[in-house]
Amino acid sequence: MSHFVLDARYLLCPMPVIRTQNRIAELAPGDTLEVHATDPGALHDIPAWCRVHGHEVVSVTNADKKISITLRVGGAA
Amino acid sequence: MSPQQPLPVNSIARAAPAAGAPRKAVALISGGLDSMLAAKVMLEQGIHVEGINFYTGFCVEGHTHAIRNHEHAKPKRNNALWTAEQLGIKLHIIEVIEEYKDVVINPKHGYGANLNPCLDCKGFMVRKAREWMEKNDFDFIITGEVLGQRPMSQRRDTMPVVARESGAFDRLLRPLCAKLLPETLPEREGWVDRSKLLDFNGRSRKPQMRLAAQYGFTDYAQPAGGCCFLTNEQYSHKLADLWSTRGTKQYELDDIMLLKVGRHLRPRPNFKMIVGRDEGENNFLEGYRKRFVHLHATSHEGPLVLIDGSANEDDLELAARLTARFGKGREAESVTLTVTDMQGNNREFKVVPMPANEIPPEWYL
Ligand code: SF4
Repeated sequence: MSHFVLDARYLLCPMPVIRTQNRIAELAPGDTLEVHATDPGALHDIPAWCRVHGHEVVSVTNADKKISITLRVGGAA
Repeated sequence: MSPQQPLPVNSIARAAPAAGAPRKAVALISGGLDSMLAAKVMLEQGIHVEGINFYTGFCVEGHTHAIRNHEHAKPKRNNALWTAEQLGIKLHIIEVIEEYKDVVINPKHGYGANLNPCLDCKGFMVRKAREWMEKNDFDFIITGEVLGQRPMSQRRDTMPVVARESGAFDRLLRPLCAKLLPETLPEREGWVDRSKLLDFNGRSRKPQMRLAAQYGFTDYAQPAGGCCFLTNEQYSHKLADLWSTRGTKQYELDDIMLLKVGRHLRPRPNFKMIVGRDEGENNFLEGYRKRFVHLHATSHEGPLVLIDGSANEDDLELAARLTARFGKGREAESVTLTVTDMQGNNREFKVVPMPANEIPPEWYL
């Protein structure tokens, strides 16, 4: 189980969620991915995308227009 | 090919699913009601459905909501994701910005009322869905198309064009109007029950709304013209202006994003101005400052303005007067502005704001 970081800053929605999706496709169940974004749409899209795909949102922080969302990859697809 | 003739067969052989496992359909999900209903009709028949959604750069989804300040700020949502969540299905969002350029620039079947290449676009999206289906071992493709609903892509004679050009052939099922179309593979094989499919036809939205009520769907998105900015007259006008002034039909993502933002004015053939309309747009335009000569008033509050093209001294003066016009100093005797070039050098201009009645309407793109 490993931790990964994805830089999706300065991308406009829906690019952050697309990058998240594509990165998660390469990870294993239990891995965590920390996504950095600046478009506030990511606060909505990434958790929504995780809900429909069965990944867990571990934490969300949004300070000073810097958004960080940590996800745990869900069970064997 | 007459629409009543059976479609050619998609020859890709696919192994039958394990006993008891459901057949799988990939659904084109736009975020609108029709594709939501089509997917629901399949779910009701016990089909395993997953959604696919394409990001072309022209989509109405997403960022444009974020860019403008809305007074009655609705919680911003991605309608395709929202739809998937309501349906309880997965949604795969595919970025197709580069590939899609050819669809917009060279549509084989031409444009609709504006620069919307709907027929080529549908063919493209169904082709991408077919590729996804083959890669992921799905059985067929569904769309929310309704016969006769859209003047270009949803006509009786154009529906087979999409099936053929996408290579999906009889693996493309349109649950909302399937009863009016030739039988497809999923129907013939008995994976879906044709008698429970629908016969929606024409521009009326009533049957869809009735079905939505029956399924208990409320609060769904109702895109007016279409799923993307290319159906918008003003947007298409700006894109046509971009192509004609550059002398070439090309674009980059930044170009088409900027066409969604601000007021666009072309006072001279050699340059246009992009004027932020509110704080959200000004913030967005800030991100492009380093790549454009830009202006903003310093003596009064006002918009950030980008200059696209090359402007000489007289042009800059004109741009400054217009910029002053769109700020709080519009009635002032004079407004002081800073003009910044792409190297970051600042210069100051002091100008008389241009009176509204001196701006010819044709300057507005
Ligand atoms: S409205 Fe836009 S996205 Fe929808 S079919 Fe037409 S060109 Fe494609």
